[in-house]
Amino acid sequence: MSAAPGLLAVLAWRNLWRRPGRTGAILFALALGVWSMVSLAGLTRGMLEQQLERAIANLTGHAQIHAPGYRDDPVVEHRMAPPDARLRAVLEGPGVTAWAARVRVPAVVASERDSAAVTLVGIDPASERGLSFIADAVRAGRNLESPADIGLLIGRELAERLETRLGWRVVLMSEGADNELAERGFPIVGIFEAEPEAMETGYVFTGRAVAQQMLRMGEAVSEIALLAPERGQVDALLPRLRAAAPGLDVRSWTEVEPLLVLTEEVSGVILVIWYVVVFTAMSFGLINTLLMAVFERTREFGLFQALGMRPRQIVGQVLAEALILIGIGLVLGNIAAALTLEWLERGLDLSAFAEGFELAGYSPVLYPSVDAGDVLAANLLVFVLGLAASLYPAWRAARHVPVRALAQT
Amino acid sequence: MEPTVLCRKVSKIYRQDSVAVRALDEVDLEIPRGDFLCLYGPSGSGKTTLLNVIGGLDRPSSGEVVVDGQRIDNMESGRLARLRLHRIGFVFQAYNLIPVLSARENVEFVMQLQGVPAAARRARALAILREVGLEGLEDRRPGELSGGQQQRVAVARAIVAEPALVLADEPTANLDSRTAENLMQLLVQMNREHGVTFVFSTHDRLVMDFSRRLIGLRDGRIVEDRRRAA
Repeated sequence: MSAAPGLLAVLAWRNLWRRPGRTGAILFALALGVWSMVSLAGLTRGMLEQQLERAIANLTGHAQIHAPGYRDDPVVEHRMAPPDARLRAVLEGPGVTAWAARVRVPAVVASERDSAAVTLVGIDPASERGLSFIADAVRAGRNLESPADIGLLIGRELAERLETRLGWRVVLMSEGADNELAERGFPIVGIFEAEPEAMETGYVFTGRAVAQQMLRMGEAVSEIALLAPERGQVDALLPRLRAAAPGLDVRSWTEVEPLLVLTEEVSGVILVIWYVVVFTAMSFGLINTLLMAVFERTREFGLFQALGMRPRQIVGQVLAEALILIGIGLVLGNIAAALTLEWLERGLDLSAFAEGFELAGYSPVLYPSVDAGDVLAANLLVFVLGLAASLYPAWRAARHVPVRALAQT
Repeated sequence: MEPTVLCRKVSKIYRQDSVAVRALDEVDLEIPRGDFLCLYGPSGSGKTTLLNVIGGLDRPSSGEVVVDGQRIDNMESGRLARLRLHRIGFVFQAYNLIPVLSARENVEFVMQLQGVPAAARRARALAILREVGLEGLEDRRPGELSGGQQQRVAVARAIVAEPALVLADEPTANLDSRTAENLMQLLVQMNREHGVTFVFSTHDRLVMDFSRRLIGLRDGRIVEDRRRAA
């Protein structure tokens, strides 16, 4: 018995190549399946990753702090004091790579031709560097230079809708802290571009001190956004933030953007469904191939039994063939997927469907992201269930009565 | 001395639809160690069935079969496989070599199942192949050998693990008369040198001429059992 595994492996390997066409076909099917599972997982993860990172860069950050009630009604009334020394100590301590305090209120922007509802964001441009998109989004004119900068940044799409341009003036109106109308004229000093398009049409930026002055809110701010070194590290930070900001509403990005979390969960389910569909198709091919091989070699299995091979060794023989097929299929599929994903590193341009993608919140250019867990899951699924599917042909091979199997022609 | 094979009132009934066919009918047979005997008779007389029952490839419907001191008619299939592996060799009419293995690997197959270390089984396989006249052909696969050469490989495989009993079903049926005679001389030599008990089933006069004991079967019954002069 001790030498049998080597014997089974040799027999399995050589038996597979008795029908190279059939073995090649099932290897192709296995590799194709694994390739599609790993590649699709990479693209889906990439798409999600881009969506998440863009949402985080589009002002969300990894966590936000607001006054109670602001998330339900983000108006100037729900403002809060600027961070005190205790909160600043956390924000400037380990675990936070960037943070910014902002004014963020609904407003109306009006040009000479048109007007639009927007969100006015008052920022400290230096704090936004490395935190939000706006630091790198200006495509024409200049960026804001300080919290006291009186200029206005508006999106390219909004500028077109308002039929205004760089250097021209627009008027911003909002509700002041005293519940009176607050308005002010701003020169457009920069035009920014952003994805999705809603960011270009929905937001305008000015210096934080200028917004505070316009809204007569003193030193108060609407929100504090911050980044942790990694997205997953923010949960460890939240208790410290909550302790340092009692009475304030401290939330992670998962609470601020629940739709993104849901999208991630749904995508995970879709991937599992895809895995099952692909595996089911593959398993039929695998079982069929092994069954054909078993039926063709009925006489041979009878001979093995006559010579003293035990039923469990015959099961082992068929499983060894399945193992080799699955192993080679996995290797080929993973290599093909790795090459595909590496080729797609430069991005998969889906701009032909850009409008639909934009509406769904995705970028028209997809960059894959390989998650080791997805690759492991796909490989384990094919390996374990593939072997399980091979048990039936193996059992069929082992249950022959030797004398009847030997009588087969 | 304990016989190699002992059959007591062995019957085998095949059922086809509602018809029962009695292939063996209360056969009593004792085969001493070192015997070289032949079962003969017309087609359907029961000789292959008796060979299969003695070899544990088929179970009798009733009666007792003892091989090498062990009762096998009701033996569990795993133990039966072990008994075949260690104590019984088979030579088939159609050679039944494993097509993906070379002559040497076919001969090593049984030893490999027995767990014989690689070096020992390789040396033993090469020695036995030399003994059956296949030196230089060890690495050829069955498809590259003639019928006679394949049957010699089958004989080498059957005796290499030194079984107590070799069962050969029509071993010369696919061979020309010269090759068949050479094969039978080889088997006689093996019987003499290794003391292995040989049981043949055959229609072939040549095999009967080489056998020391002839057992005639008809309708599943032994109708003749005689020893020939050596």
